[in-house]
Amino acid sequence: MPTKLFLKFTILLLAGTTFLSAKDTEKKGEGEKDLKSEIKEYIRHHLEDTHDFGLYSFTDDKKGKKVYRGLPLPVILWDEGLKVFSSTQLNHGKSVAQAGDNYYKLYHGKIYKTDEKGTISYDDHHHPTNAKPLDFSITKSVATIIFTALLMFLLFRGLARSYRENGLIAKGVGRFFEPIVLYIRDDIARPNIGEKHYKKYMSFLLTIFFFIWFLNLLGLTPLGINVTGNIAVTLCLALLTFLITTFTGKKDYWKHIFDPLGSSMKWYAKLPLYIILIPIEILGLIIKPFSLLIRLYANIQAGHIVLMSLIGLMFIFKSWIGSPLSFGLAFAISLIEILVALLQAYIFTMLSALYFGFASEEHEDH
Amino acid sequence: MEKLISEFSFGLFFWQSLIFIFLVLLLKKFAWKPILDAVNQRETSIKDAMSEAEKARDEMASIEENNQKVLKEARAERETLLKEARATGAEMVAQAKADAQAEADKIIAQAQEAIQNEKRAAVNELKNQVAQISLEIAEKVIDTELDNKDKQAKLVGKLLKDASL
Repeated sequence: MPTKLFLKFTILLLAGTTFLSAKDTEKKGEGEKDLKSEIKEYIRHHLEDTHDFGLYSFTDDKKGKKVYRGLPLPVILWDEGLKVFSSTQLNHGKSVAQAGDNYYKLYHGKIYKTDEKGTISYDDHHHPTNAKPLDFSITKSVATIIFTALLMFLLFRGLARSYRENGLIAKGVGRFFEPIVLYIRDDIARPNIGEKHYKKYMSFLLTIFFFIWFLNLLGLTPLGINVTGNIAVTLCLALLTFLITTFTGKKDYWKHIFDPLGSSMKWYAKLPLYIILIPIEILGLIIKPFSLLIRLYANIQAGHIVLMSLIGLMFIFKSWIGSPLSFGLAFAISLIEILVALLQAYIFTMLSALYFGFASEEHEDH
Repeated sequence: MEKLISEFSFGLFFWQSLIFIFLVLLLKKFAWKPILDAVNQRETSIKDAMSEAEKARDEMASIEENNQKVLKEARAERETLLKEARATGAEMVAQAKADAQAEADKIIAQAQEAIQNEKRAAVNELKNQVAQISLEIAEKVIDTELDNKDKQAKLVGKLLKDASL
């Protein structure tokens, strides 16, 4: 029952923000002269992680000021002690937040330690030279990750429960997810890792698939979330794949890296070859997860940029031909992005399974 | 690359790692393990049911075959029994006939013997009577002889004629 309520609430929230953000884009075109640079700024801001959960913003014509609407999130800093305050204090970089005796200011999405007036000093390249405290804030991305984790936990615990209560048959929303779980088991894990070892990787593969998929899809909602298009998130996921591959690597895996030619040659013949081969193999170890992290990051990031640019085009054209055209294009790209959301989750899971397969492979030779 | 590094947020990385690892562990305990166990259990139960059905079908077929065999055997048995019965019947009839014949022969023999006995008795009787008659004739002859010789002879002849056997 709580799962159901939670899901309903989520749907309501998403539907509500669709309406809100429609209003937001309407307001965007007003007032400003340089629309193109404003749209550019908008896209850049959207791609970045923020310290509050912004829903929409507009320029108040009477006051001539930008007004932001959204949910405040906690800012957590480690600066010789834990400092916690609300993101409303930062006020989008417009005011200086005070925590204890220290003052902090938001500048281009990052928090810097400043003095009472919020002075920021710059070096020659216009980079701030102020001290940066360790930022453990619950940012928009972190909040979304927590939300997704909660959603997944309720969803799949519900599915697990429905088996117990319903005589091994999935009930409700689980019916939709059960075939996907089985697909990951039968068509991703089993063929790539092998019948013998696939079981110990299942939890990671299932979690990573649904985690990436859900976050990708959340990125397509008008909430303007860009979690999987953030390098820190994809780095974490790829790093976990790398660590699991490394620590579950069997003898054959390491032998393949440090002695790829095996007993086909005498040791003195192999020696000069290995001076080149072993660094390449070790490089390959790192390149594999690195390609994972860049692929996911770049795909999602690019999708968001294209989609937002097309939406922005509508306001640049402001004509009866151009705007509907870019609307149609944006619509088509949205549909493609829904596919990409699934595809990227699939590719990440598939390649992770493939690497795990290499690690746990056991055979005589090639 | 520089942009990527400047974009990198350690806080987000920290939270992401923490939440994700916890999520994997939690889901493993509360979701994936029960789900995969349930699915496996379901699959094995389906497999078992299938093999069970297969076995039952084989069993049915073998039972059917057995039935046919038993039926065939029963039929053959009946056939031989009937044949035997028929043979026994014929034999019995033949035996009875033979017995009857023997009995009849015996009875006939007895009857013949009885007839023989009767005949012998009758002959004896006759002999006795003949002797009697002879005696009487002799008496009468003796009586008449005394009167006439011719007459006597005539009488003897006549008597003998009467007494012809």
